[in-house]
Amino acid sequence: MYWIRQRRINKNWQFYLMLLLPLVWYFVFCYMPMPGVVLAFKKYSAMKGVYGSPFANPWYKWFLKYYQSPYFSRTIGNTFYLSFLSLLLGFPLPILLALLLNEVRNRAFQKTVQNITYIPHFLSTVVLVGMMTCFTNRDFGIVNKAIEWAGGTPENWMQVPAVFRGLYVGSGVWQNMGWDSIIYIAALAGVDPQLHESAYIDGANRYQCMWYINLPSIMPTVVIMLILNSGHILSVGFEKVYLMQNDLNMAVSDVISTYVYRISLLSSNQFELSTAIGLFNSVVNCAMLVIVNSISRKISDVQLW
Amino acid sequence: MTSNSKNLPTAKKSFRSRQSKGDIAFEIVVVILLALLTLTIIYPLYFVVIASFSDAKAVVGGQVIVLPVNVTLENYKECFKNGDLMQGYGNSFQLLIYGTAIYLFLTILCAYPLSRKDLWGRNGIMVYCTIPMFFGGGLIPTYLLVTKTLGLSNSWWAVILVGGVSTYNMIIMRTFFMSSIPFELQEAAEIDGCSPLRTLISIILPLSIPVICVIGLYYGVGIWNSYFTALIYLSDKNKWPLQLFLRQILVNADLSVVDGGDASDMARRAMRAETIKYAICVLASIPMLVIYPFIQRYFVKGVMIGSVKG
Repeated sequence: MYWIRQRRINKNWQFYLMLLLPLVWYFVFCYMPMPGVVLAFKKYSAMKGVYGSPFANPWYKWFLKYYQSPYFSRTIGNTFYLSFLSLLLGFPLPILLALLLNEVRNRAFQKTVQNITYIPHFLSTVVLVGMMTCFTNRDFGIVNKAIEWAGGTPENWMQVPAVFRGLYVGSGVWQNMGWDSIIYIAALAGVDPQLHESAYIDGANRYQCMWYINLPSIMPTVVIMLILNSGHILSVGFEKVYLMQNDLNMAVSDVISTYVYRISLLSSNQFELSTAIGLFNSVVNCAMLVIVNSISRKISDVQLW
Repeated sequence: MTSNSKNLPTAKKSFRSRQSKGDIAFEIVVVILLALLTLTIIYPLYFVVIASFSDAKAVVGGQVIVLPVNVTLENYKECFKNGDLMQGYGNSFQLLIYGTAIYLFLTILCAYPLSRKDLWGRNGIMVYCTIPMFFGGGLIPTYLLVTKTLGLSNSWWAVILVGGVSTYNMIIMRTFFMSSIPFELQEAAEIDGCSPLRTLISIILPLSIPVICVIGLYYGVGIWNSYFTALIYLSDKNKWPLQLFLRQILVNADLSVVDGGDASDMARRAMRAETIKYAICVLASIPMLVIYPFIQRYFVKGVMIGSVKG
């Protein structure tokens, strides 16, 4: 059969030709910036470029500078707190939604709920934050109308630091709860109905079926999603925080990604410092992923690698 | 859900006939909870729509709650008169079309060869594509590469290419090619003399419409809704996508949407701007929500493929 193999290999050149363009894209836009992280250890001069610039003295200068700046604890604290809260609320709720949806017998109702809860996922962050700004406008917003009606004092809520986290997390849950539940709905569809049958014969009611059969059955998916999410514990999406940020809520809304953007591209051109912070950030995220993965391997046998 | 509904009826039926009172109560509670949740999700959207069709005074006065008051199209007319918004719309549509086409093209070209088990070096290439999912150069190295080395500042190419292919989507597509299309079909085509490229075009692609739709939607929504790359790479306002103009109007409270009136009229302008903003929200979201019903039935399928080997 030698000639068949020969022919197959001969034809394979077309596969490699197809791969050429995507692989070049990966190389240019994913791999070429990677060595650029040496900028974190350098004293950048635009004339000499990233690689020609001399090293900073000492080499950890920018890391030290970040560590000693007042922004260190503020940005890390805010980032961690914000993503922790998002995880705390945003992670279990889609699972709960999927479990509840699975209990509904009426297909039409089930489909309606599903399709409606997906919709907010398709709104852009700008529109979402714009809607929130309109709703909470002190003079015109519907939220403040309701508060007035209930006897409270209206406020420009987007500028109140105390509610920033609530608004951020709440709007995130509102937007993504339905969408995030899809994966669990898919997992629930794979639960063996015989398990329910036998549990029923043993006298389980539906609540118990949900709690003791459905939930454990989708546990592997849950754990995988938890591991993946914990890799983002020190990165809050830039787009939404940046839009919700204003001078008044800066103390709670300044996160690493917005700080990195502010000190580099927006105003003071501190490219080295911002690269150093970015590097620090992605190292912490990678470490989190590894740690959570190994913990999960120990306790539950579910792992990414 | 769909794959399960076929083998469930027998089990369901036997359940139904033996439902206890507790089970019925449980289901009622579940339905009520879900109904409340659905209401909280739909109401803000519904409010935006009715407010956009209402008279500014009524909206600002808090009279618009269930139905639009003094129905008017004024708000939308103002939007269409706004040159910036229309420019942004046009730009975003072009970006959407070019971007989605380029991403899909690259994703398919990457996913198809990697779906072939007989491809030499497949695992190595997979690793090469997966590493960027976990580690990247970061904001500034990428920025310097794009603007200095490649010289793409203030160009749509930067916005399109920096976002680029998502490895996650590529893996979904690859898994689909591997698991949903029998390999025998490809073999048969090859025996009949199809080259790999011909096999891709005549056999694989026609059978992959659902997954192409889902991934095209992912890409399209991503392009339409993102603003960050445009914010850092595009300085020329003529090239701005819609989201950047929206940011100016919705978030930075730029009142220039309402033309006419002098400074003494600020209060009235602010009031008018409020309802116009609602109309803008609707207009900006419509393109994505229009595609949605057509592709919605593929969602669960798409995610399921992804979760097999995600």
